[in-house]
Amino acid sequence: MSGILEVKNLSVSYGIVPALKEISFHVDEGETVALIGPNGAGKTTTMHTISGLLKPVGGEILYCGKNIVGTEAHRLVTDGISQVPEGRGIFPTLTVAENIDIGAFIRNDKEGIKKDKEWVYSLFPRLKERMKQISGTLSGGELQMLAMARALMANPKLLLLDEPSMGLAPVIVEDVFHIIRQINKEQHTTILLVEQNAQMALTAAKRAYIIEVGQIVREGLAKDLMRDDEIRKSYLGL
Amino acid sequence: MFFQHLINGIIVGGIYAMVALGYSMVYGVLQIVNWAHADVLMFATFIGLILATKLNMPVLVMIILAAAFAAILGMSVERVAYRPIKSGNRKMAVLVSALGMSTFLQNLAQLIFGSTTRQFKAIESKTYMVGGLSISNLQILILVVTAIMLLILYILVYKTKVGVAMRACSVSVNNAKLMGINTNLIISGTFAIGAFMAGVAGILIGVYYSAVYPTMGYLLGMKAFAAAILGGIGSIMGSVLGGFIIGIIECLGAGYISPAYRDAFAFLVMIVILVIRPSGLMGAKRIDKV
Repeated sequence: MSGILEVKNLSVSYGIVPALKEISFHVDEGETVALIGPNGAGKTTTMHTISGLLKPVGGEILYCGKNIVGTEAHRLVTDGISQVPEGRGIFPTLTVAENIDIGAFIRNDKEGIKKDKEWVYSLFPRLKERMKQISGTLSGGELQMLAMARALMANPKLLLLDEPSMGLAPVIVEDVFHIIRQINKEQHTTILLVEQNAQMALTAAKRAYIIEVGQIVREGLAKDLMRDDEIRKSYLGL
Repeated sequence: MFFQHLINGIIVGGIYAMVALGYSMVYGVLQIVNWAHADVLMFATFIGLILATKLNMPVLVMIILAAAFAAILGMSVERVAYRPIKSGNRKMAVLVSALGMSTFLQNLAQLIFGSTTRQFKAIESKTYMVGGLSISNLQILILVVTAIMLLILYILVYKTKVGVAMRACSVSVNNAKLMGINTNLIISGTFAIGAFMAGVAGILIGVYYSAVYPTMGYLLGMKAFAAAILGGIGSIMGSVLGGFIIGIIECLGAGYISPAYRDAFAFLVMIVILVIRPSGLMGAKRIDKV
């Protein structure tokens, strides 16, 4: 399997404050990889830098073998990177259906869009019931599902999920992660997942990296990390 | 007399609405007030005046060319004065930059065109009497052009992909980028559309009052801005509504109370409405989370 995403010595700063200090990791095609860490570790910064919203001060991001540092964010969507931002980033004044449509903004293949729309509605039947509703009125779980459905409409090769569990009730989190596994299995979409909820992330991911104050401190297979005493104590509360 | 004042009000109101839309759309996308908007309008009016008097162009061609010039000038203002400002106290820096741009354009106009007020006679004025109301061919032209412009804008914003992108940008520029929307292009386009409409409005008002001068944008811009605010800045429908309200109240006030206070009525209405509804008539209530 080849590395669809390879991050090499990536450094990002906000003004003079460093947020990421030379982090390196990779995601192979078809994999689900989790980036786990506490608040302020640099998880969202990593996501925003990959998707082109932030410019790094050093390092490389190789996507399909090509360095994408400096490429504008909207071009990366066309290239196949789709991000579900932290807090969902739904357009609250638009309806559910309009939000889904805007996910396919970069596409012109009417047939493909129609097919994918049917697929995401079958993946998220709740959204189909609420198609005409203004998205601002949805519940937290529904918003997360809408954000994921919208990102899938871009037909991504690499799906970036930033804290999908944030602010959701445990039973909804289970649902969301079930769908994440399903997307990876059915569509073979490569997924990079950022989470504070280590337990859920480790059940969905094949491999994981632990990030703390801008540095990667551990990495390994999810099943190994889940058994690791230190990880169990600090991240799983066991 | 009431209907006469009402018609006059609708005519100037439509012009305010077209100018207000430029303020509102730019605010919607970037959350900044483009103070150079009214000066772009003035520049386009001078260009229109030159095209009409020196080159004897037909009215409609002249309006389109001058408005296209406004669109290019509007985009340039964004490129030169707003886009480079990215960090620090951005809102304050943009405000100062906008005011600087406004002053620069006014002075440049004085340098090129002189500071005297020019007459603008693009068409021979004819007045018709319809059911006891007087209406001129110029007023009919203004009504028709305004209606066409508002209709085109409505279709553009609500029925096209570009419009979807514009509405997405007005919610969040970053989230729009994540949808694959080229936000810089949309921002440029928003400035261009706003300036184009302002250019059309400037020429119409220049011809209506037959007066073109370098500071003509000031009061017109202020009233249009008041219209945008009272309608709810950022809201397209609100700006149109605000423009017509300001125009109609102004003409009724001038007709029934005193023409001397004509300009005061617009701002009085704005203050009263903002006291009752601080976010404007159709503005979204934004809650800034701390």
